[in-house]
Amino acid sequence: MDLVLVNLIDGLVTGLLLFMLSAGLTLIFSMMGVLNFAHASFYMLGAYFAYQISLALGFWMGLIFAPIIVGVIGAGVERYGLRRVHQYGHVPELIFTFGLALLIEELVQFIWVRNQMPYQIPDVLNFTAFAISGNSIPAYKVFMIFISIAIFIGLLYVLTKTRVGMIIQAALSYPRTVEALGHNVPLIFMGVFGVGTALAGVAGVIAGPVLGTFPGMAFVLGSIVFVTIVIGGLGSLWGALVASLLIGWITTFAKSYNIRMEDILNGIGISTPENLSESMFRDIWAVTSPQIADILPYILMVLILIFRPYGLFGNRDA
Amino acid sequence: MRKSIKLGLGAALALSVSSAAVMAENVKIAFIDPLSGGFAATGINGLHQFEFAAETLVNAKGGVLDGDMFEILPFDNKISPKESLIQLQVAIDQGARYIVQGNSSGVANALTEAIDKHNRRNPDTQVLFLNYSAVDPALTNEKCNFWHFRFDPHADMKMAALTDMIAENQDVKKVYVIGQDYSFGKAVASAAVSMLAEKRPDIEIVGNELHPIGKVKDFTPYARKVVSSGADAVITGNWGADMLGLGKSILENGFEGPIFTYYAAADGITAAFGESGVDSLYLVAEGDDNPPPKPETQEYIQAFKAKYPDGNMSQTRITNVIQMLAQAINEAGTATDVVQVANALEGMTFKDSLWSTDEMHMRPQDHQLVQDIHIFGHQPVEAPYDMDNSGYGLKVQFTVENASADIATTCEMKRP
Repeated sequence: MDLVLVNLIDGLVTGLLLFMLSAGLTLIFSMMGVLNFAHASFYMLGAYFAYQISLALGFWMGLIFAPIIVGVIGAGVERYGLRRVHQYGHVPELIFTFGLALLIEELVQFIWVRNQMPYQIPDVLNFTAFAISGNSIPAYKVFMIFISIAIFIGLLYVLTKTRVGMIIQAALSYPRTVEALGHNVPLIFMGVFGVGTALAGVAGVIAGPVLGTFPGMAFVLGSIVFVTIVIGGLGSLWGALVASLLIGWITTFAKSYNIRMEDILNGIGISTPENLSESMFRDIWAVTSPQIADILPYILMVLILIFRPYGLFGNRDA
Repeated sequence: MRKSIKLGLGAALALSVSSAAVMAENVKIAFIDPLSGGFAATGINGLHQFEFAAETLVNAKGGVLDGDMFEILPFDNKISPKESLIQLQVAIDQGARYIVQGNSSGVANALTEAIDKHNRRNPDTQVLFLNYSAVDPALTNEKCNFWHFRFDPHADMKMAALTDMIAENQDVKKVYVIGQDYSFGKAVASAAVSMLAEKRPDIEIVGNELHPIGKVKDFTPYARKVVSSGADAVITGNWGADMLGLGKSILENGFEGPIFTYYAAADGITAAFGESGVDSLYLVAEGDDNPPPKPETQEYIQAFKAKYPDGNMSQTRITNVIQMLAQAINEAGTATDVVQVANALEGMTFKDSLWSTDEMHMRPQDHQLVQDIHIFGHQPVEAPYDMDNSGYGLKVQFTVENASADIATTCEMKRP
C-alpha cells in the first residue's frame, strides 16, 4: 500500500512534467496544424540556458529567464521560419521543424560538447520532504508539482477568463473570421508559439537537474509528447493534463512492479505451456511489465484512435 | 649561369639527403576512436592523453632507439566497427605499425579480427593492436590472438575485485544488480551473481534487472524497487547518461548503501554527482590515488591539466601503453619488426608505471596486463587531481594487488 502511494506521487511528477511539454504543443498544433518536431528541443534549450544562467546568477534566475529566452527564440522561429514555410503547406512545415530539431541538437553539442552538465538542484530544495516507509520524496519533487499546477491554473485562467484567451480560442477554430474582425491573427500565432515553447523551456529548467542535462535529453523524450496530445484531444488543456497524468501513472506503475505476462495469462485462465523453450510464444510468456512500460502509452493511443478518434477531451475531428 | 644552377641543384640535393639522414624515422601510432558524434568527448580526451604521454614520456626524453620519435595519428571511427576497419586500412597505408583503440568492445572485436587477418596476409606491414580500454573478456579468451595486447583489466577481473571488497563487508546481506539490456550489462550481471555466490553464499541477490539502454527518461521507478527490495548495495555496469540517471535517482530516493560501478566518473558525471555521490559511489579501475604519492606523477598531472584545462586524467593506463611500447621497442632494437616488439612485450615486467609502485606483468598466455586493481570512492579531491574541475574525484578505498593474476583463460595463441 505504501508503495502505491509513492508511485502515485512519482507518476504525478512524471505526468505534470509531460503536461508542461504537451500544453504548448497542443495549442500550437491545434492552432496552426503544425506538428512541431522541435518542441522537445526547446525543452532541452531550456535546461541548458538555465544551467548556464545558474552558474552566474543561481537557480532561481535561471528559472525566470531561461524560459523567456526560449520563448523569444520560439517566437522568432515562428516569425522568420515557419511563417515563410507555411504558404507551401504542411509537409514543408514538418520538414522545417524536423530539421530545426536536428540543428538545435548539433548546436547544443557544439557549444556545450557532449558531456553531462553538472546542473544541480538548488541547495534550498536539496532535502527530503518526507519519507513513506523508507522511500524518500525529495522536496524538489514537491516543488515540481506545485510549479506545474500553478502553470496549469495560470494557463486555464488566461484561456477561459481573459479577452486574449477568447481570441485565441476563437482563432483555434475560425482563424479567418477572427482576422475579418480585425484581430492580428499572425501576431496571435507568434505569441502562442512563443508561449508554447517557453512552457517547454520551463519543463526543461525544472527537469534538467533530476533527469540529467545532456544532448540526448530531447531525443529520449521522443514522440511521447505527441502521444499525449492525441490521447488528450487536440487543443484541449484539460485533455493534455488528463492524458499526461494517465501516461505518468501507467508507466510508473508498470516499471515499479515486475508483473510477468505469465501471471496475467494464468490469471485469465491460460495455463503455462509444459516446455516454455519449445513454445512458439515463449517471448510473450517471458515479457515483464518494466520491459513494455514505455510501449503502453502507444497502445493506449491506438485504442483511443479506434474508439474516440478526437481524443478524450477533443471537440473536433483531428 | 649553368654552373650556378648545377651548384644550386647539387647543394639542394645534398641538403635534402643530409636532412633525411638526420631526421630519424617516426614511430607512427594510430589512434582509432570516436572523435565526432556522441562519444567524441571521451575520444578526444583519450587522444589528448595519448599525445601528451608520447610527448612527455618518450619524445622529451630523446625518443626510442636512436632518437626515433613517437607520433600519434588520430582517426575518427564514429564508434562504428565498419568505419574502424576503413580507418585501420588508411592507418596502415600511412605507415602506422601500432594501433591503439579503447571505446567499445564491438569495435575492438572487429579490429582484432581484421588485424589478425591482415598480418597473416601481409608479413611486410604487420601491425600490433594495443587495446587500452575495451573490456570484453572474450578479447583475451576465445578471440585472443598474438597481435592484441590489453592494458585494462577486463570486466570479469574488475568484478572479481569488486566482489572481494563486498565479501569483506559483513554489513552487506542483500545486493541489487541492475544494468543496461545488452551484452555488457548481461555479462556484468552474470559475473556478479556467480562470484558473489562463490565468495559469500549468504548474500541474497534481491534484484537482477536490465533496463533498455539509453531510452529511460526517469529512473525513479527502478530506484523505488531498489529501495523497497531492502538492498544494502547496488552493482551496475551502466555508463554515460544511464549511469548518471540511475545513480542520481537511487541516491535521491533514499538509498543509503554503496553503489558499485564501472564507469561513474569523468565526462561530466563526476561533476553532476557532486556532493550527492560522496560515500555512496564506488568505481572499480586501475590507476592511483588522488593526489598520487609519486612526485613525478603529480607533476605529470599538473602539466597535463595546464595544457588541457578542461581535460581529465581519466584513463591512466594510457601512459602504461606508451611507456611499455617504448620499452619493448628498445628491447627489441627495432620499431618496424613488430613480431620482435610483440615478443618483447609478451611477458614483460614493467616497473616504471606512474600509477603504481608495484610491478605490472603482461601475461604471455593471453596478452592481458596484470596490475593492481582499486576500488575508488567518489570523494572531495583538490585540483588538479579532481575530475571535471568539480572539486570531486576518485580516492582509493580498497586495493587488490596483482588482481586476478591467475584468472583462467581459454586463449590458444598461434604464434608466428
